[in-house]
Amino acid sequence: MPRVGLFITCVNDALFPETPKAVVRILERLGYDVDFPAAQTCCGQMHANSGYKKDAAALAGAFEDVFGAYDAIVTPSGSCAAMARDQYPHLIGSDIGDHVYELSEFLIDVAGVEDVGARFPHTVTYHPTCHGTRALGLGDKPLRLLRAVDGIELVDLPAADQCCGFGGTFALKNSDVSSAMLADKCRHAADTGAEYLAAADNSCLTHIGGGIHRSGGPRPIHYAEILASTA
Amino acid sequence: MSPEIVPAASLIPADAPFPKAAKVALGMPQLRKNLAHATGTIRAKRANVAGELDDWEPLRDTAAAIKADVQHRLPELAVEFERNATAAGAHVHWARDAQEANAIAARIVREAGADEVVKVKSMATQEIELNEHFEAVGLKAFETDLAELIVQLAEDRPSHILVPAIHYNRTEIRDIFDQRMSDAPKGLTDEPAALAEAARQHLRRRFLSAKVAVSGANFAVAETGSLVVVESEGNGRMCLTMPQTLISIVGIEKLLPSFSDLEVFMQLLPRSSTGERMNPYTSVWTGAREGDGPQDVHVILLDNGRTGVLADEVGRQALSCIRCSACLNVCPVYERTGGHAYGHVYPGPIGAILAPQLEPGRHDDLPYASSLCGACYEVCPVKINIPEVLVHLRQQGPHQAGERAAMGGAKAVMARPRLWRAALKAARLGSMPWRRKGFLRRLPWPGSKWTVSRDLPVPPKEDFRDWWKERQR
Repeated sequence: MPRVGLFITCVNDALFPETPKAVVRILERLGYDVDFPAAQTCCGQMHANSGYKKDAAALAGAFEDVFGAYDAIVTPSGSCAAMARDQYPHLIGSDIGDHVYELSEFLIDVAGVEDVGARFPHTVTYHPTCHGTRALGLGDKPLRLLRAVDGIELVDLPAADQCCGFGGTFALKNSDVSSAMLADKCRHAADTGAEYLAAADNSCLTHIGGGIHRSGGPRPIHYAEILASTA
Repeated sequence: MSPEIVPAASLIPADAPFPKAAKVALGMPQLRKNLAHATGTIRAKRANVAGELDDWEPLRDTAAAIKADVQHRLPELAVEFERNATAAGAHVHWARDAQEANAIAARIVREAGADEVVKVKSMATQEIELNEHFEAVGLKAFETDLAELIVQLAEDRPSHILVPAIHYNRTEIRDIFDQRMSDAPKGLTDEPAALAEAARQHLRRRFLSAKVAVSGANFAVAETGSLVVVESEGNGRMCLTMPQTLISIVGIEKLLPSFSDLEVFMQLLPRSSTGERMNPYTSVWTGAREGDGPQDVHVILLDNGRTGVLADEVGRQALSCIRCSACLNVCPVYERTGGHAYGHVYPGPIGAILAPQLEPGRHDDLPYASSLCGACYEVCPVKINIPEVLVHLRQQGPHQAGERAAMGGAKAVMARPRLWRAALKAARLGSMPWRRKGFLRRLPWPGSKWTVSRDLPVPPKEDFRDWWKERQR
């Protein structure tokens, strides 16, 4: 059995405890022994993508110190996994990103399962988040896992591949453009009539969810929480 | 009576930072409708024809490799081009910047005994503002590309690299022709065929009388000294073949080592730009040939900041751009703002990495005009990693002092696990009054930039760490 370290991400640490709990439940259900190193904080993406290379390098170095000893580092974020894999090599000359797996990569590529024994009798639409899909190349892995969930009804999201407009500090620096992108995403999500909008990144879901909380539409949920559900 | 023509570019505050200019553009419903329709159509066409080729990805890799090779030996290729073009009867000039290129072009026009030129659609001449320079020295430049003609008649600026009048719909174009084209037929309708015919009649008179043409080039082949122009309308072909004198202004990054390299780019460019398998007109010429086409052939090789870009190992990939515009058409930011908001002749994702590099110290706001969604990189036929360069440019600075302090503070906390845990706890306690509602609806600046359109969830009562600790017992 590989030694699995859980990287919950700073966003989940601060706002969404249910998502990392779900990851623990799924992995343990599959027989993995999961460890949560308490010294973890942030992968450094906000600093790197906002232009603060030195700060980002310091946080990346700390990540390496905390997670260096694990065979596999599993995280419920396509964006943070992509940060480690794409940016750490030139930021701190580290290939630890090769051992960082977004949850669906770990489940499908390492554990070799698509059906994780979940039950979720609801209508769900899925938004493929940009970094997970494009930078990490997740393809339809999260969707394959969702399709295997008992009782789920998946509804296509129109213009699914369009960015929700989050983009980290982009949402603040270019607030008006970001809001225009968000309005379209929320409208498409509401049009599906689904009960839930699932995605692989809670940062994007904070953004979309923040819009939907005003305009109405499906409830945002990290797909890990669907996979953990046995209701 | 048709409405007064208001050039779209005049509505966007000149030299305004991108967020401000974008806000104005976002408030123009007709513009947004036109853009969404046009980019959506080209996007779908591109995806179809790119998907037809089994070797699309190897083609992209090959194109990227050829362009990287060109960047590694640009000086020798430029000299090889000069030698071969000169041997074939062309005059090759070297221009360090816009000013030199414009002065050389104006001098050639005068020496040809002309005071006006017809133009092939060209980004390089837009970049150096050749038309404006010509006007200032008493020469006239007439655009002959249909969309460029529309933009010129409207006294507007292009808003897209390939489709410069993308921000106008056909009714607006009818109004522009009706009011600004002296020989427009009476009772002109907004039928595309009628509009094209009116432009055709107007341009035909220009082609027949022009002594000098000005063009750019899509490719410059070092091995043969040939230039290549890829177009759809045939108006470029008229300019390239009818006048006695031809002046081509070519960015040095347009060089290709050998003629056979065109095989790769001619598969990628039409599919990526107009979404066609093949473009209608491809013109290739090599110097001058007696009794066939222009006899007085000039090539102005233009630097204008390119060698500076070349010096940046990460940023130089922007010089691989073949100006197809695929990145503009898939960009969720461009789709909503249009090109004018970028304040540069190269808008969209490619503009956001090219403009600040070509003009260092200006356009520092453009690398932030992206959510880093990566749609541009996915479609780029020469595989320019635009998100990578955007982040790289952001890391070059400058950074605003308040933001720098905030980022430094965040890093100081995140780099110390105990401080981080304390901060999380403080946030949980601090947000207690709002917990029942679950969301914050209004925050003071800069949080107001978030709450303008989104609510913010408050931290939960119990976090993951508490749960984990409890379980470990």
